[in-house]
Amino acid sequence: MTALLEVRDLAKHYAGKSGTTIRALDGVGFTLGRDEVLGVVGESGCGKSTLGRTLLRLVEPTQGSVLFEGEDITNLSRRDMNRRRRDMQIVFQDPFGSLNPRHKIGTIVGEPLVIHGEADVAARVAEMLDIVGLPPDAAGRFPHEFSGGQRQRIAIARALALRPKLLVADEPVSALDVSIQSQIINLIADLRRRFGLSMIFISHDLSVIRHVSDRIAVMYFGRIVEIGSAADIFDRPVHPYTRALLSAIPRPGLGPKPQRILLEGELPDPAHPPPGCAFQGRCRQAMARCATEAPGLQIRRAEGDLRDTACHLFEAA
Amino acid sequence: MSAPVLAVEGLSIAAGDTLLAEDVSFAIAPGEMMGLVGESGCGKTITALAVMRLLPTPPVRIAAGRILFDGTDLAALDGEALRRVRGDRIGMIFQEPMTSLNPVFTIGDQIAEVLTIHRALGRAAARGRAAELLDLVGIPAAIRQLDRYPHQLSGGQRQRVMIAIALACEPRLLVADEPTTALDVTVQAQILALIDRLRRDLGMACLLITHDLGVVSEVCDRVAVMYAGRIVEQAVVADLFRHPRHRYTRALLDTIPASNPPGARLPAIAGTVPPPGQRGVGCNFVARCAAPVGRCRSDRPLLGASDHRAACWNPAP
Repeated sequence: MTALLEVRDLAKHYAGKSGTTIRALDGVGFTLGRDEVLGVVGESGCGKSTLGRTLLRLVEPTQGSVLFEGEDITNLSRRDMNRRRRDMQIVFQDPFGSLNPRHKIGTIVGEPLVIHGEADVAARVAEMLDIVGLPPDAAGRFPHEFSGGQRQRIAIARALALRPKLLVADEPVSALDVSIQSQIINLIADLRRRFGLSMIFISHDLSVIRHVSDRIAVMYFGRIVEIGSAADIFDRPVHPYTRALLSAIPRPGLGPKPQRILLEGELPDPAHPPPGCAFQGRCRQAMARCATEAPGLQIRRAEGDLRDTACHLFEAA
Repeated sequence: MSAPVLAVEGLSIAAGDTLLAEDVSFAIAPGEMMGLVGESGCGKTITALAVMRLLPTPPVRIAAGRILFDGTDLAALDGEALRRVRGDRIGMIFQEPMTSLNPVFTIGDQIAEVLTIHRALGRAAARGRAAELLDLVGIPAAIRQLDRYPHQLSGGQRQRVMIAIALACEPRLLVADEPTTALDVTVQAQILALIDRLRRDLGMACLLITHDLGVVSEVCDRVAVMYAGRIVEQAVVADLFRHPRHRYTRALLDTIPASNPPGARLPAIAGTVPPPGQRGVGCNFVARCAAPVGRCRSDRPLLGASDHRAACWNPAP
């Protein structure tokens, strides 16, 4: 069976100041299986949100391809792409900015149904509102009448109204308080099961990513540095950046705290990326080779296992 | 415990007739880091602003209580006396390091300003001390950085500059309101380690305002949990995480993904926080509580004065 999504060497470059090139996304490849949730984690500027948008062609990729059910969507005409979009939807972080304040909830949730020429819009809007846990009278009200958590429920109802196969969730719970966050995480898990959704779940929050993902991709400076099962990434990380990132999470409670790896310095200047590995300036295990040659993401021998990572410390298998 | 640097006693803050914070009391000893934790709207930031006497008055005002700083009631000080304390013996850091620095002055000038105002240093002496402070907060090549502008620095570096300004006069008390919330997790770890080292070296008392229980657990000695305008539980950090007594604290700790097996349904807290003005006579958490008893709706539970205090009629076993 083919993967639902196959991404090959996807890149998005922007023009920077004085002729420089900003490589927001710099050659990313992975596959997403049916019913699978891939968590994408990384810090500001690592390219995770650009990845989510480029997958859906909300921004056009500079190079590379995205195969959805085996069909390359990067070259589809606008019309064919719009038809394809019913299968691929997105939920954004900001539940305040992503809903039109002048439209009633019924209009907002029903809009994708109208655009794609579906019948029984009102009934299906009511059904979706019920599914995401909003009262029936919500359809006649405006976004400002709802809390942040409720608005995120509305955004989810809109995204799922067409029963898409793929949902990209870009920091869907990051703007919410802890007690509301868990309500929305539970809702997303329920909907995933109910609709057989595949998801790309983008977040900077490692504990949320661990909770929702089957597999995890760790991004740094526009590239995936390590990808694998959620358990491998969390319990046996191999890339030095993944290890530092995991050790930096403040953990509530009294359990044994891992030895913290305090990273020196910060991300390189995207307009002037260093040659070689982007992480070498902050890496304690950097070798001469790291300064000249960028390591590719490939299967390598690491910790007595085979792992998919981009680091010269581990020999290609 | 030696005489507290800060003792907040029965503080209530109101906007018009609406109480935003009620009967807040806590004390911080020299060298101690106290966490004030809670979700949006719980009153933690307004409490910190009151301690610094930075409430937007009118309409927000201190309705009752005392704020004893080294025995002096800040709530009763007037403009000039207050200015002598603030920035000198009380240092402050805020969440957003971009907007708390003045974009048209160099960082050297902004650090030196504090020293010329409060320490009457000359220009050259203030500049020399500013370079020492930048060095102290871990900005390398400090002398060369003095003439840079805020926009030339990263978020983490800006927060380091804010800390340098806050520490310029070696304050007795540092108030830090979500100092790492806008930063990435690896930079957050650097900044928290810095604040922790400085308060130990300088014997500073710290009030750390945060929504992040993980941060509290990492760096604080004691913690007060706020909910709907009141402190509901206060304890030594280890006791709070080992044995949360208030039903809200317990539910909050249980609901975070890190407390649960990956993929498991999270024990969500139903409903939302009652907004100011819609809070009843009993416990503010009663409508969301998993174990309410009869008197919770009618009688306000009091915090008491024990080392581990919880305002709960039916504390968690």
